[in-house]
Amino acid sequence: MSIECPAPRHEEEVVLLGHGAGGRLTEELLDSVVLPAVGETEGPLEDAALLPGRPDLVMSTDSFVVSPLFFPGGDIGSLSVHGTVNDLAMRGAWPLALSVSLIVEEGLPLSELRAVMASLGKAAQEVGVPVITGDTKVVGRGAADRLFINTTGVGRRQAPLCPSAANARPGDAVLLSGPIGLHGTTVLSTREGLGFESTIASDSRPLHRLVHALAPLGAAVHVLRDPTRGGLAASLNEIARDSSVAVEIEESAVPVPEAVASACDLLGLDPLVVANEGCLVAFVDPETAEHALTAMRSIPEGTQAVRIGEVVSDGPPGRVTLRTLVGARRIVDMPLGEQLPRIC
Amino acid sequence: MRYLDEYRDPLLARQLLDELRRTATRPWRIMEVCGGQTHTLVRQGIDELLPAGMRMIHGPGCPVCVTPLETLDRAMAVAARPGVIFTSFGDMLRVPGTDTDLLSLRARGADVRVVYAPMDAVRLAAAHPDREVVFLAVGFETTAPANAMAVLHAARLGLTNFSLLVSHVLVPPAMTALLDDPDCEVQAFLAAGHVCAVMGWREYEPIAARYQVPIVVTGFEPLDLLEGVLMAVRQLESGRFEVENQYVRAVRRAGNTAAQEAVRTVFRVADRAWRGIGALPDSGLELAEEYAEFDAARRFDVSGLCPVEDPECIAGAILTGAKVPTDCPAYGTRCTPRHPLGAPMVSSEGTCAAFHAAGRVAASVRSTP
Repeated sequence: MSIECPAPRHEEEVVLLGHGAGGRLTEELLDSVVLPAVGETEGPLEDAALLPGRPDLVMSTDSFVVSPLFFPGGDIGSLSVHGTVNDLAMRGAWPLALSVSLIVEEGLPLSELRAVMASLGKAAQEVGVPVITGDTKVVGRGAADRLFINTTGVGRRQAPLCPSAANARPGDAVLLSGPIGLHGTTVLSTREGLGFESTIASDSRPLHRLVHALAPLGAAVHVLRDPTRGGLAASLNEIARDSSVAVEIEESAVPVPEAVASACDLLGLDPLVVANEGCLVAFVDPETAEHALTAMRSIPEGTQAVRIGEVVSDGPPGRVTLRTLVGARRIVDMPLGEQLPRIC
Repeated sequence: MRYLDEYRDPLLARQLLDELRRTATRPWRIMEVCGGQTHTLVRQGIDELLPAGMRMIHGPGCPVCVTPLETLDRAMAVAARPGVIFTSFGDMLRVPGTDTDLLSLRARGADVRVVYAPMDAVRLAAAHPDREVVFLAVGFETTAPANAMAVLHAARLGLTNFSLLVSHVLVPPAMTALLDDPDCEVQAFLAAGHVCAVMGWREYEPIAARYQVPIVVTGFEPLDLLEGVLMAVRQLESGRFEVENQYVRAVRRAGNTAAQEAVRTVFRVADRAWRGIGALPDSGLELAEEYAEFDAARRFDVSGLCPVEDPECIAGAILTGAKVPTDCPAYGTRCTPRHPLGAPMVSSEGTCAAFHAAGRVAASVRSTP
């Protein structure tokens, strides 16, 4: 078998929607265009970065371009708070402050902007994080799609938590805090009028309290990740790659709500690659797995927390395997590119 | 979940596998016709749990895979025109034509939209009377009725800006073409349950009798497939060759006669080229003369295209089951879902993509660290 580099036949010179979908194409774009320009960072790419010289402080930024602006279970305003708060939380941090930047398309009804901002403010208040700075730009009709929001957050690490995508170890228990697939299928169903939106809602919510509940376990919490774009499949692949370990999960243990399963069946999607905005994956020391589950289940965000798999010592590093319902094994690959555009 | 969970029960699956191991005495070769079935088999790893020597041959029933390159190039040519809204099911967007694909065209400014039903395209046409709305009508007997209904609806609305680029194909001619091939290894078929939900199974009875081959109409869930395989093996073991129905919750012998009527009204049977297989007589559908005004190929002059297949792609051998993806030297290296050389690597129902998604590698590669 040849080991030559793939010879691309495709047009390469323009950005495709898939480059923003959080899968393999996004990786390629970061590796080939973004990172070479800004200089390599130390260690793996994480949801949030430790501030140089101040490892107790964590920073993260995220832009929100979801369409439609309002969907069952949330809207672009609350999502833009939850998204950044959760990215901070995945490094074990409690949010200290947020910035909010708006890019508004000319013609957006003020009533909609008011509703989004009210929701954003309420979400920040519920989290308990102040919005301390921001920016507003208006662009001409067609230069943006109604409203884009960027939020940047700074948080303080909750010692002794120090989770990182590179910290998974053989034997670790893989825990999931709740059911998967709700956000992606809700947004898609609302946008396309598929009819599932009456039975499901986005899981968009802040996860910092859930992480706080895990804080007493300290260094036994090796990895935290919220499986947003690219879903559980992308998160597990990133962790397996960054930690150089093999991960195995049990298909029957992964909670997929009925409506998500139906929508995915109808649309030919895999729930494992559908985005979430309100659950997290935790890799923890196997000795503390039960404690971690009890801690998560003690608060509302984690009542449905389950163990879905483990880090195995006999698999090739970077590989994620799924034990199927009938008992066979298959590899869970990194999703490629565009599946559900603009879900966050 | 009703109609879903009970067909994915791990315990019942193991019981069916045990029963299969007790029943099969020979290394039978069974073809699942439909790409949806291939997807379930490979995703669940069912084909790897079959009794020793028994093999599933993955059939030609992936509409994305068998749509000829010429149709794809026509689609790109139409989509690139100013004023056109080009609509398609999502799967077709990444299929490479000779030079490009619909996603890349969209990134360059073409108005290409994913729809979930052809009726959505009709609604677009009604909402944009100043634009030409074209729907890429591909697929087997399963998708033909909805496409026929879209044309009938557009005709009722008096829309003059809606058309279909048609490349419909039919299952029975492909099965007989495979069986006529002297190298054909297929000893039994799992017929595609959704095709049969529309067409019924009467047209398969003469095939079973003439070629003395068991045909089991089969569904798409893990237990459907296991039961379908078991029914086929029982026939093979007892020397029977009948058409049996595993997918009783969806399929009747006569099929859906109202859907068939809509198809007969709007389409007529025609010769059709299959990607990787070649031209087969009476193996597809085209718009009937009364509805020719809805034919995008006539409305837009897209003749004179000379598509060239990638010489390295063995899609034909894959689609006929003569080879498996891991036999192909380009599989996983020069041909990946990111850079597909041919259609079976593009659609999630394509055999190569199903293998790739399940992380399968050639035996020679697997043994090296």
